[in-house]
Amino acid sequence: MTRKFRITGTILAVVALAGCSLMGEPDGGAGTGGGTSGEGQQGGVVRVVTHDSFALPEELIAAFETDTGYTVEQSAPGDGGALVNQLILTKDAPLGDVAYGVDNTFASRALTEDVFASYTSPALPASAEQYLVPGSDALTPVDIGDVCFNVDHEWFAEAGIAEPTTFEDLLEPEYANLTVVSNPATSSPGMAMLAATVGAFGEDGYAQYWAGMRENGLKVTSGWSDAYYVDFSGSEGQGDRPIVLSYSTSPAFEVGEGETQAPTGSLLETCFRQVEYAGVIEGAENPEGAQAWIDFMVGEQVQAALPESMYVYPVDDTIELPAAWVEFAPLSPSPFDVSPEEIAAGRDAWIQTWTETVID
Amino acid sequence: MNADSVQNPLLDGRGGGKARARGATGHALGIAGWGVAVLVPLTFLGVFFAWPTAALVARGFVTDGALDLSGFAEVLGRPRTWRFVGLTLLQASLGTLVAVLLGIPGAYVLYRCTFRGRLLLRGLVTVPFVLPTVVVGVAFRALLASSGPLGFLELDGSLAAIVAALVFFNYSVVVRTVGGMWERLDPRAEEAARALGASPWRAFASVTLPMLTPAIASAASIVFLFCATSFGVVLILGGSRYGTIETEIWTQTTQFLDLRAAAVLSIAQLVVIVLALSVSGYTRGRRERALHLTGSTARPRPLRLRPTRAGGWGDILPAALTAVVGIGLLALPLVNLLLASFRTPQGWGFGNYVALGTTGGANALSVTVWEALGTSLRTAVDATVIAVVVGTLVALVVSRRPRSRTARRAIGLLDAAVMLPLGVSAVTVGFGFLITLNRPPLDLRSSLLLIPIAQAVVAIPLVVRTVLPVLRAIDPRLREAAAVLGATPGRVLAHVDGPFLVRSLGLAVGFAFAVSLGEFGATAFLARPDQPTLPVVVVRLLGRPGAENYGMALAAAVVLALLTASIMALAERLRSARGIGAEW
Repeated sequence: MTRKFRITGTILAVVALAGCSLMGEPDGGAGTGGGTSGEGQQGGVVRVVTHDSFALPEELIAAFETDTGYTVEQSAPGDGGALVNQLILTKDAPLGDVAYGVDNTFASRALTEDVFASYTSPALPASAEQYLVPGSDALTPVDIGDVCFNVDHEWFAEAGIAEPTTFEDLLEPEYANLTVVSNPATSSPGMAMLAATVGAFGEDGYAQYWAGMRENGLKVTSGWSDAYYVDFSGSEGQGDRPIVLSYSTSPAFEVGEGETQAPTGSLLETCFRQVEYAGVIEGAENPEGAQAWIDFMVGEQVQAALPESMYVYPVDDTIELPAAWVEFAPLSPSPFDVSPEEIAAGRDAWIQTWTETVID
Repeated sequence: MNADSVQNPLLDGRGGGKARARGATGHALGIAGWGVAVLVPLTFLGVFFAWPTAALVARGFVTDGALDLSGFAEVLGRPRTWRFVGLTLLQASLGTLVAVLLGIPGAYVLYRCTFRGRLLLRGLVTVPFVLPTVVVGVAFRALLASSGPLGFLELDGSLAAIVAALVFFNYSVVVRTVGGMWERLDPRAEEAARALGASPWRAFASVTLPMLTPAIASAASIVFLFCATSFGVVLILGGSRYGTIETEIWTQTTQFLDLRAAAVLSIAQLVVIVLALSVSGYTRGRRERALHLTGSTARPRPLRLRPTRAGGWGDILPAALTAVVGIGLLALPLVNLLLASFRTPQGWGFGNYVALGTTGGANALSVTVWEALGTSLRTAVDATVIAVVVGTLVALVVSRRPRSRTARRAIGLLDAAVMLPLGVSAVTVGFGFLITLNRPPLDLRSSLLLIPIAQAVVAIPLVVRTVLPVLRAIDPRLREAAAVLGATPGRVLAHVDGPFLVRSLGLAVGFAFAVSLGEFGATAFLARPDQPTLPVVVVRLLGRPGAENYGMALAAAVVLALLTASIMALAERLRSARGIGAEW
């Protein structure tokens, strides 16, 4: 290979690489690139910050852009907890205009830090009003979901043991070594379940309950996926524990094609209701755009898309749910209720007590 | 810097005015060139690493606008803190020790012997290194959980499981770093020892091993860093009993927003890392000497799997050990993963792979897995370009040995400083990005470039560590001789360092690309939901219930693994192809 030939080759390679780099992307580059929506009345960019589970069909977001003239720019800097903490840290130069994905276990922390500006959406469905945070008009409820224990019906049928139904049941000897949960310090359903037990047994009783669970052979994983897919017997991983901390909607996803019964079910007397909120970020560059996004999130189209896209219930109870959900993924009629302020006040101490009780 | 002027007096004497002018211009150009070579990496790492990290740590020490160091006493007074420090050291030491002990025979077999399928194997052992930790965690737990094929070992949630996973990840780092040096060692020294009657073991221990020490120290320091800062795999495999300073920083930052505790822990982590780096730097420096590297790859010899006539064992021992590690530790979790990826609700088949063209069961994703793969590849190209340019500049600078003591010390500092990104938590860097790069003049809040930049920061130390041992091992007399003969610093660089550099670059590019493809920690904080990378998609799929999504996650992980293996195999091939016909 001659030298000239090699240099030409190198140059060609560099050009070829540049062609597939991000910088060559039409919608890549710095944040300035996106704001050219030709047809808009108002125009401009709405910067939407979400948790990392956010997903909506592209057509819906495109429809929002066409209808309002805004261009949507998304970012998802982590899970719900990371999102709130980052919003607090970046108060003086906010991450975006509007945030979605703050849940009721983190809501009070965000509100105490004045991360969100007041806004009451005219589009808020009547059924959503029960989920508003008392004493604040900064957060708009968008969706709800129940964190509950799930059981593997087939396992219990084969073993000939009656299924548990309540928290107390799980302390019984016949359910020894059958339960797996995720750690509240590292997983949001874990935190929700801890809050549920505080709701059920009170500030004075929850530690004793978890001590009993530990004695009865409780297994702890760091995250939900690990508990559900590796240790739980009712899903893919074929683990050896038939009771797992999960969501009330999970059984609907275990129903195989053509099956009429779910192989798993949720214990509706062990649930905590998670509510996810959206809010206009204080100091937003485009507050009107942010408000338009919130109206969009509680509007009929997005509400109808939520179950399929994000596996959560719409706050609008007039929306028709997917057939599988009606049958296999009911919400709990009586979830344990703990207010956002109580959670904000108690959260760190609860987790510490839980860690000392269950792990150390 | 180094090019200071051995040549000038001589040139003056010989070439007269014209030569003197050329020498002076060359000298000025040389200084300017080295200036750029120092400034570019410093600026890049300063803006995209030091500043964000320092800003976040500083937040932890400022209360109501005043410096408040009471956090130190308070956080260091918690037994919990010391537990995590102790666990970190324990896990990292065990992981490093085992990886090095197993990796050296592996380096011998894969780089010093020839056999069919050698290049393929070299590519394969690197696969674990770049797999997303979450996937590895699940693969290991699926194997070790009481219901898994190895459940009878009762290793689930044990320290042994964590160490095994750490070795799984880092084995290839040792094999490649040591192997890359080994294959270029001039074999004549060892041959001479053998001819003089030394046993193979003695020849290895007293001739080859000392020459390999810089590479071994270098590999051990990287592995220690990786182990001490490992996050995802410890989080998953450690159950809730084991953790590292890194997992604790993550918990304190993202869950409790206790920046004070996180800041103190970051400092503690930094101390551990700096100590580790100094130890390895010291051993490296002490043992380092100009080795006789052959210009091209040393002639490897065929693997001897039969006892030799002289009653020796041939290569049976290292080959057997490597096979055991390869099959038992590396292949088993991967094969388990591969098998599981073909299991669908309808039985065995390609269903999960067909589904990669969709957005998942009940639209778990906003893009198809193939689109995410495209994003990953484009990001990796950018990250690789940045990492290789910056990393090579650093390696060139650090490989010099200037006369002045101050300059040498400065170079030593630079050498250590570029390693720090490996020792700082991705959470700290990720959060730091968000609080520093969010206002003019550098407002990158929604820029897609943040991701390749963050990945490059992680890949740069690796590029430096891949390129540097080779550059350092060039006999400095070669450069001096070239200079004496009138070569300008630029020519010395092109003709002496160049050929060595180019060959190690293939591997550096491969590593940078692979690290970027697999990076999850920092990417998770910066990725845009409409343009996720492949590891982000895998984790998102794992976070959804339903057999379809689980199967897709495994299939996507297999795609990621195959892609990585191919890239590393390609880097190997490029490297050896160039190794033969070098005509510089």
